[in-house]
Amino acid sequence: MQTFLPPRPSQSPTVRLESVLVLVGLALAMALLAPNFLSLSNFLNILLATSVIGVLAIAATFVLCAAGLDLSLGSVLAVAGVTSGVLCVNLGLPWPLGLLGGLLAGGLLGLVNGLLVARAGIPAFIVTLGMLSVARGLALIIADGKPVYGLPLAITFLGQGRFLGIPMPVWVFLFLVIIFHLILSRTRFGRYTLVIGDNEMAARVTGIDVSKHKIRLYMLSGALAGLAGLLFAARVNAADPTAGVSYELSAITAAVIGGTNLFGGRGTVIGTLIGALIMGVLQNGLNLMAVPSFYQQVAIGAILVLAVWLDRARDRRRV
Amino acid sequence: MSRPLLELREVTKRFGAVEVLQGVSFSLERGEVLGLLGDNGAGKSTLMKIITGVYSLDSGEIVFDGTPIPYPQHSPREARNLGIEMIYQDLALAKQQDVAANVFLGQEPVYRFLGFWPMIDKPKMEAEAQAAITRLGARIPSVRYPVGQLSGGQQQSVAIARALTFGPKLVIMDEPTAALAVREVEHVLELIHKLKMQGISIILISHRLPDVFAVTDRILVLRQGTVVADERTSQTNMSNVVAHIVGAH
Repeated sequence: MQTFLPPRPSQSPTVRLESVLVLVGLALAMALLAPNFLSLSNFLNILLATSVIGVLAIAATFVLCAAGLDLSLGSVLAVAGVTSGVLCVNLGLPWPLGLLGGLLAGGLLGLVNGLLVARAGIPAFIVTLGMLSVARGLALIIADGKPVYGLPLAITFLGQGRFLGIPMPVWVFLFLVIIFHLILSRTRFGRYTLVIGDNEMAARVTGIDVSKHKIRLYMLSGALAGLAGLLFAARVNAADPTAGVSYELSAITAAVIGGTNLFGGRGTVIGTLIGALIMGVLQNGLNLMAVPSFYQQVAIGAILVLAVWLDRARDRRRV
Repeated sequence: MSRPLLELREVTKRFGAVEVLQGVSFSLERGEVLGLLGDNGAGKSTLMKIITGVYSLDSGEIVFDGTPIPYPQHSPREARNLGIEMIYQDLALAKQQDVAANVFLGQEPVYRFLGFWPMIDKPKMEAEAQAAITRLGARIPSVRYPVGQLSGGQQQSVAIARALTFGPKLVIMDEPTAALAVREVEHVLELIHKLKMQGISIILISHRLPDVFAVTDRILVLRQGTVVADERTSQTNMSNVVAHIVGAH
């Protein structure tokens, strides 16, 4: 049979050249424009500022790849933070139990999301929009409306400590990037995540338990949001029930800028890392240039729309 | 004579108020090619999806290879493990994933990374997918191509390769020739003949009566959820079959 396809690079690459070029170009521009941008300590700053959103963005990548959506990331982050804060500070439990409690709280809320999406068949947009509000309320209830201060030293080390000169949250974030990159690209769990987002019926008829897989995905998303909440509370040394408002939007933005298909079936965690760094570099550079944060919000939003627009144009060319 | 490979007894299925299958019984021998005909809405797809584990049945019994299928259904995975494969009319491919991934969908070979972490064995998967495609005599630029970039005929080869790679005993084909060019149709009909020679049973759903008459041993006609004809292909003819399909008998 004759094929009319021009030679093409096989498969979608791990990281798209465009994203890397944008990141490098942006960094060069900032190096020229922003004072003090080019320094090791500033790079570490960027990584540190990226780490919490970055962990949420890993969660967003998995859920988006399966053509799902998790709008509750920021609120779940807050629930996990205050849960571990209350367990450690108010109840005086040992810190490992506090950390575990925070993670479990995140995973549990994710499980609820997953059950409602996969078993009750309610659209993910509605379920997680509801959870965005419910979890925020729960965080305020658990913390009695005010931040919990005085976290145990072991926990604050997780947020403020350094190892080999690099802040702990950066270590945690980069470790998660590697692990979850391998999971998404090399394991059956990752493959099924992409296939469900690509063609759910194909997944079903080839024997993949789609509903169970979706529940696991939302649980994973909740647990990662929980971990991000612990990192965040540890870094600012306070478990704040109002932490992480609208972080889910930044996380989704990072994933999409990094090449994740908003409609499922395509995405990599390394791509998301690049996406998160693009946002981090932009914010950091604008900060150094003393551009008011109002303008930064405009810039980030514009970049998101631009990234999706370029992506669509590219898909149309591909046919 | 040996026991039939597949036996359905009084299978019924209802969707809400509609009784889609009203007690369907038939059997299929090893290496037999059965043409399943019927008008749209006659219940062909529902019947096949019960066999492949996508739907449950309301009552009745299915015996495959001597083993009764658990009531009310087995899972699609269990069906595939038994050796039941289906090539869907829409092919059921994940278009953004590559050829190798689609051939091995749900059956990916794994190795233990660092001795404990199961990871997909990509080299093995790609080599075996390539071999499967080559055995079919199909030409595909690379098994690393996303399936969505291939032509319709090439995509169908991928779907067929998926059905044949895991030692099937029964292959169900839903309109496999509907979207193909004449030469490709002959290819599919040859393939059906080859599978039959290997002792694989086939259920062929098709609206193209000449194709059905060319390759089947038996023809089963469904009408409004019941079997209205079950005849040897050599002992019937097209006008007779058409009469059964439209209910003129």
